[in-house]
Amino acid sequence: MSALLVKGGRIVDPSQNLDAVGDVLLVDGIVAQCGGTIAAPAGAQVYDATGLVVTPGLIDVHVHLREPGREDVETVATGAHAAVAGGFTAVCAMPNTKPVTDNQATVGFVKRQGEAAGFARVYPIGAISVGQQGETLAEFGEMVAAGAVAFSDDGKPVENTQLMRTAMEYALTFNVPIVEHCEVMSLAHGGSMNEGIVSARLGLKGIPAEAEEIDVARCILLAKRTGGHVHLCHLSTKGSVDLVRWGKAQGINVTSEVCSHHISLTEEAVEGYNTNAKMNPPLRTAADVEALQQGLKDGTIDLLVTDHAPHHYDEKEREFADAPNGIVGLETALGVNITYLVETGILTLNEMVNRMSCLAAKIWHLPGGTLAKGSLGDVTVFDPKKRWVVDPKQFKSKGRNTPYGGHTLTGQAICTIVGGKIVHQVS
Amino acid sequence: MSLLGKDLVGLAGLSREQITTILDVAEPLREVSERAIKKVPTLRGMTVVNLFFEASTRTRISFEFAEKRMSADTVNVAASGSSVSKGETLVDTARNLEAMRIDMVVIRHASSGAARFLAERIESNVINAGDGTHEHPTQGLLDLLTLRQRFGTLEGKRICICGDVLHSRVARSNIWGLKSLGADVAVCGPRSLLPNAIGEMGVQVFSRIEQAIEWADALNVLRLQLERMQAGYIPSLREYNRVFGVTRARLERAPRDILILHPGPMNRGVEIDSDVADGPHSVILDQVTNGVAVRMAVLYLLAGQKASLADVAKGGAA
Repeated sequence: MSALLVKGGRIVDPSQNLDAVGDVLLVDGIVAQCGGTIAAPAGAQVYDATGLVVTPGLIDVHVHLREPGREDVETVATGAHAAVAGGFTAVCAMPNTKPVTDNQATVGFVKRQGEAAGFARVYPIGAISVGQQGETLAEFGEMVAAGAVAFSDDGKPVENTQLMRTAMEYALTFNVPIVEHCEVMSLAHGGSMNEGIVSARLGLKGIPAEAEEIDVARCILLAKRTGGHVHLCHLSTKGSVDLVRWGKAQGINVTSEVCSHHISLTEEAVEGYNTNAKMNPPLRTAADVEALQQGLKDGTIDLLVTDHAPHHYDEKEREFADAPNGIVGLETALGVNITYLVETGILTLNEMVNRMSCLAAKIWHLPGGTLAKGSLGDVTVFDPKKRWVVDPKQFKSKGRNTPYGGHTLTGQAICTIVGGKIVHQVS
Repeated sequence: MSLLGKDLVGLAGLSREQITTILDVAEPLREVSERAIKKVPTLRGMTVVNLFFEASTRTRISFEFAEKRMSADTVNVAASGSSVSKGETLVDTARNLEAMRIDMVVIRHASSGAARFLAERIESNVINAGDGTHEHPTQGLLDLLTLRQRFGTLEGKRICICGDVLHSRVARSNIWGLKSLGADVAVCGPRSLLPNAIGEMGVQVFSRIEQAIEWADALNVLRLQLERMQAGYIPSLREYNRVFGVTRARLERAPRDILILHPGPMNRGVEIDSDVADGPHSVILDQVTNGVAVRMAVLYLLAGQKASLADVAKGGAA
């Protein structure tokens, strides 16, 4: 028997409506007891969490781990290591790898790489279409059998509307979400940042908000038609929030997510042609940021994610329009979310934990997301008041591409426990 | 450090005083080109690399004349003949040039921000000769000089930039420069060729060329890049001329004489008719002459030479 007693922390577990100082006992990788004062069993390891917050392990349903294909940029192991360093006990890996994760063998490979690494749990997401080419439906059934938890062509949208409809219908058999990167490519038209005053000033081709919103509307209407579950990736505009709010009000099975960078930064971060602020969807306006924050608050947006997207430094060290999209986020997300959402009073700590853990497990049908007795022994312990300066050189991820380098954030993961074992700890 | 700082990447960051200084320095340098021996020793011993990643004839020649007339040693590098075609990155190119101990780089590049990117990574002075759809500061300066010569001052003058503003680096440099010197600025063109948020840059927006002509003291007519038609921004060149062309008939209905500028090369019969381009109100060739003087001034100011302008004006062959 292995036992770990997390003692004296403030337990925040929205899945049980629990917010109280107490102990959590993990035995053989499972939660044996949660809350109140618990006596340490003989031989148990004891972790003193006094003054810290103890929550169900954080789950990020949107990361890019680059393996197979770009192991020079990130591997499943380095990505999973970065995850636990940021407080995440589970991540869902997008399938835009090389080759694309669109078959049973590759899904199994990614899952095994995650298990071998021994850091965060890695749940593969399979591609919707073969090769992410948007033409032929991939083999959902076989991939689910191999461990896929959702399907997405993320990195680009499923432009073929009939294929998208079929995907939503076919996924009903397996009770998994169809996860859409919302973008009308012909309207985004090769843009590299938000279309607005900053793009006009900098002479950069802009991506209008409508390039996202039209696809959001399309997906909601298809979910209405099919009854399928559509999960909308990385919302970035006020219009998208309004559309999802409408969809939910109609009782349509739509869920959504927002990235930590989209609730904390605006298009102004691109000034100076800062490629570490280049992402897709792009950073938008202050009004959009406020709408996204309110969408989180009122439940229109279900989840906070990172869209962790590592790139080699020299790939970002180039002309803005030619630089790749994306930033790393696993090791900064908790601090960014506490700094920009909790410290500002937009979300309570409970609401933030719900959107970073409990709801992710619930709406994506993943294990974890709760400290209820008998559930996975995945626990995150963090200090919500700790102020720290982001130093990309210290990242466990191979990626250093962050716009937060040098920023002071409040809130940091102190101890990450996966399956009852401490896999990351700040002394 | 010179009055301009290390680099000239755009007019957006320059003060009224800095712009005025460049124009003031350009005035006497214009005279150098009128001499029998068109050369002063000001930049003797300095090496300037003209790094053109994008095809250009007039801008490159204008810079080269300016450099040679200031006695600099010049090297021309075209992208097709460089290691860029072998996959070398811009930053690698920059580092290699720097390692050869050059003094200045004039860069033309298809990507917005490329000049700034280079300027932040090398110690040599960098002059932007046009970066993507961002800025073309020396073109903006020569337009300002041309207008100032005709109007005396730009304060309160009404200048309209006409045509493909969306893809124009000249337009942005003009907007910043003209506004810095106190002019009222407008843009005019089909909405499909104007940035969506252009009004937020403090300019008026006209959708009819007739309105622009009625309003303006000068029109800066931009070249319609023919590939825009293929890309679907406008239905046809013929229709563009019919709706947005600066024609003699339209100018004759103007309430006042209007100066006509064009950064070239012109599509005669598309954005501008020949009898306007060659007509009495055209200052297009003055712009070309001023281009060399403005570029000499920028080279001079960035080099931070000790020699006084009076010395330059007095001349003397190198």
